[in-house]
Amino acid sequence: MSAKSAVEVERWTRESRLALVVAALAAAVLAVGPSLFDANVVDRLTTLFVYVILAVTWNALVGYCGLVSIGQQAFFGLGAYVAVRLADFGLSVYPSLFVAALIVGVLSLPLSAIMLRLKGGEFAIGMWVASELAHLLVNLDTLVNGETGTSLIALNAYSADARRALTYWCALGATAGLLTIVFFLLRSPLGAAIQAIRDDEEAAESVGVRVERAKRFIFVLAAFGAALAGALWVATAITFQPKTYFSPQWTAYMIFMALVGGLGTFEGAILGAVAFFAIEAWFGAAGVWYLVGLGATALVFALALPRGVWGWVEDRTALRLLPIGYRVNFNEAGSAKRGGATKSAAPDAP
Amino acid sequence: MILINQVIQGILLGGYYALIACGLSFMFSVMRIINLAHGSLAILAAYALYVLADRFDVSPFLGLLIVVPAMALIGWALQRSVLERSARSGLLVPVLSTFGLAIIIDNLLFQQFGADTRSLAPYVGDLSYDSWEITDDIAIGKLAALTMATAIFLLGGIQLFLKQTQLGRVIRATAEDADTVGLVGVNARRVNAFAAAIAMATVAISGALLAMRATFDPYAGAQQLIFAFEATVIGGAGSLWGTLIGGVVLGVAQSLGAAVSPQGFFIAGHLAFFGALFARLFFGDLGPRLRRAFAQRAT
Amino acid sequence: MTLLSVERLEARHGLLHAVRGVSFAVEKGETIALVGANGAGKTTLLRTIAGAHRLSGGRIVFKGVDISPRSPHARAAMGIALAPEGRRLFTRMTVEENLLLARSARRDGPWTLDAVMAAFPNLKARRRSLAGALSGGEQQATAIGRALMTNPEIILLDEVSLGLAPLVVDRVYAQLQALKASGVAIVLVEQDLKRAMAFASRAICMLEGAVAIEGPTGALTREDVTQAYFGLRRSAEHGARA
Repeated sequence: MSAKSAVEVERWTRESRLALVVAALAAAVLAVGPSLFDANVVDRLTTLFVYVILAVTWNALVGYCGLVSIGQQAFFGLGAYVAVRLADFGLSVYPSLFVAALIVGVLSLPLSAIMLRLKGGEFAIGMWVASELAHLLVNLDTLVNGETGTSLIALNAYSADARRALTYWCALGATAGLLTIVFFLLRSPLGAAIQAIRDDEEAAESVGVRVERAKRFIFVLAAFGAALAGALWVATAITFQPKTYFSPQWTAYMIFMALVGGLGTFEGAILGAVAFFAIEAWFGAAGVWYLVGLGATALVFALALPRGVWGWVEDRTALRLLPIGYRVNFNEAGSAKRGGATKSAAPDAP
Repeated sequence: MILINQVIQGILLGGYYALIACGLSFMFSVMRIINLAHGSLAILAAYALYVLADRFDVSPFLGLLIVVPAMALIGWALQRSVLERSARSGLLVPVLSTFGLAIIIDNLLFQQFGADTRSLAPYVGDLSYDSWEITDDIAIGKLAALTMATAIFLLGGIQLFLKQTQLGRVIRATAEDADTVGLVGVNARRVNAFAAAIAMATVAISGALLAMRATFDPYAGAQQLIFAFEATVIGGAGSLWGTLIGGVVLGVAQSLGAAVSPQGFFIAGHLAFFGALFARLFFGDLGPRLRRAFAQRAT
Repeated sequence: MTLLSVERLEARHGLLHAVRGVSFAVEKGETIALVGANGAGKTTLLRTIAGAHRLSGGRIVFKGVDISPRSPHARAAMGIALAPEGRRLFTRMTVEENLLLARSARRDGPWTLDAVMAAFPNLKARRRSLAGALSGGEQQATAIGRALMTNPEIILLDEVSLGLAPLVVDRVYAQLQALKASGVAIVLVEQDLKRAMAFASRAICMLEGAVAIEGPTGALTREDVTQAYFGLRRSAEHGARA
């Protein structure tokens, strides 16, 4: 009887344990951000956090569950709108951001009952139509006043510095919280279930996956995430113009982030958000050419590198920083040898 | 009487929707691709006609003689370069790549032409506002009638082409089973490129008629895509005549909605879309089922 | 000149090695029975020859030309026809339309629409029926007819009798006899060993992707083939019990 078994299955790797430590350290540093960094940096970081939320939740919906939606801006806009409404109603500003996201999440449940009946491209564009409808309905609200929009006036109660810091902490907290939730969700049986659904719904159902329930859960989670992002955005931007928040531009950003970073990889979504943030910081001023560049990059990645940068890294190396799947290590003659198959997410079904 | 006029205007508007949806629906049923750049390409054609009219004094109708073949060529090239590769990788990639393409087209148009709205109406003389007065309340615009006639002509023409010609048969077979079709000597890649060319030709015509009727700007493509998509889904994807019905239903809904308020136009359209979805989900594919029942009785 | 020469052919399904180093030749007008258990690689072999599946090693020479890099429609235009496993008819089109499609191969020859109708009389009445509404035998006839309409020099028939009643199979084989007489080379996959050996002049038995035994059907006994089919021959040679 050999002392060590021939095959080992592991989830956490050496690098990933290190990555966790680094992440914890980073979180600690970021937590005291407002006192460490100057105002400009704090604002920028807040923006980055919003991008991360958008990227990670869109990736969970599309990359992991295979529900391609190009209408998530519906929830982004609704999150901002409900936050504005709640604040107008009298609820304290910062709690209303989170409550707004919760409300939108709950609202998305009946919507999912209809929309999830659509398949493939119909679902994708159907969500866009839903977004347009939401936009139109929000415009009818006299508070919003059509495209003129309104502002989160309640924020005026705070000084600029306090507002910046509070928004920053909310964004940081929201990001950290969502990242943790989504990470552990994807590692759970539910995570395996949605990937199975993405790859082959019928087969998933035949092995006992509760397809409808899983899809609905991810749909609501993605809606909640986008709504939270929208609420946080209105807290930074202060103004709420429906046209900006319900613009398909947001979907373009989400597509870019997930596609370039790595659809269906957890590290990839974060990487994509950071990359997008950097690109926007450098090239955003280029106006139209910046957008053309975004579109062209998305196009090239979709055709040539659909698993994104991190997917490329994953395919070529054994590097896993935030592993969702399992790794099989083959031990030969007592010594562990890295290799074998990794159950990693492949975004495209043949 | 005014209500009847609204309905008639809606039906005529439906002709335009059927026209723009035709290409989208055709491309989907043949190549299983949802081309999110569809609307943007129609606007591209509109701008091309605008340039010809504005700078070279070429009437839009004559301009079509250049633009339609040009767009067909673009369709061919698109299929061979982008769409073909996208289709191989499942659903996600075509959506993403064509979305990226739409962004590129929209913004390049903006770069070239700026934010001003344009129109082809000034270049078609009286056609854009002439109408036949049926009664005091009811008027039928000549351009609208032309559009509807074009829609019926094109839809019918394509249907006939698919049914009766060898190439049409080949396209249908390739749509059903692209692998097996190679075994009988059909070059599937070339067939799909040709189908894309046909689809783009209809897009060019749609763009022209849109621009004659209304104004357009570089970012108008998205709206047209949504209308085309709604018309396709309402009519039941996969049938060209269904697309006509879908377009008409959408147009009528919008017309009636517009009578309530300006936003009502759009809201009613979207509600009609969701209504049709509901109906389909709960009552099944009524259209195809009826058609199948007819067909079975015939054999 | 040998009509078709398959040389050390390799084909994979992902990581699975479906065809390993298969070599054989087909002369003009020859009939070959390709037998073997399910999963032996027969369908993959035929599909690779027809171009529907990409080869990963070896080559295919047809009428003296290396056709390995050529696409399926190019091979059809040269004279290779495949009636695929599962028939793969275009169910939303009529029988006639299915047959007329084959004109795309642009090859002249004796097989016209009328000729096919004459050879398969059971299709005459069903000419305008949708292919999806046909019975098993009619579908098989349509599949073979569609392959014939390309006027091939060699026709590959995958699973001729699958899912068909014995009487229907009798009729199909009667039609195939006429085909044999017309001088077209035939390679057919057949589960029924007796029929296969009776019909063909040569037999090739595949096992796990490789050729286990081959030879003229006159020289091979049923016993030989059965043993090769189940791999008993091989284990007998290795001296271990199967």
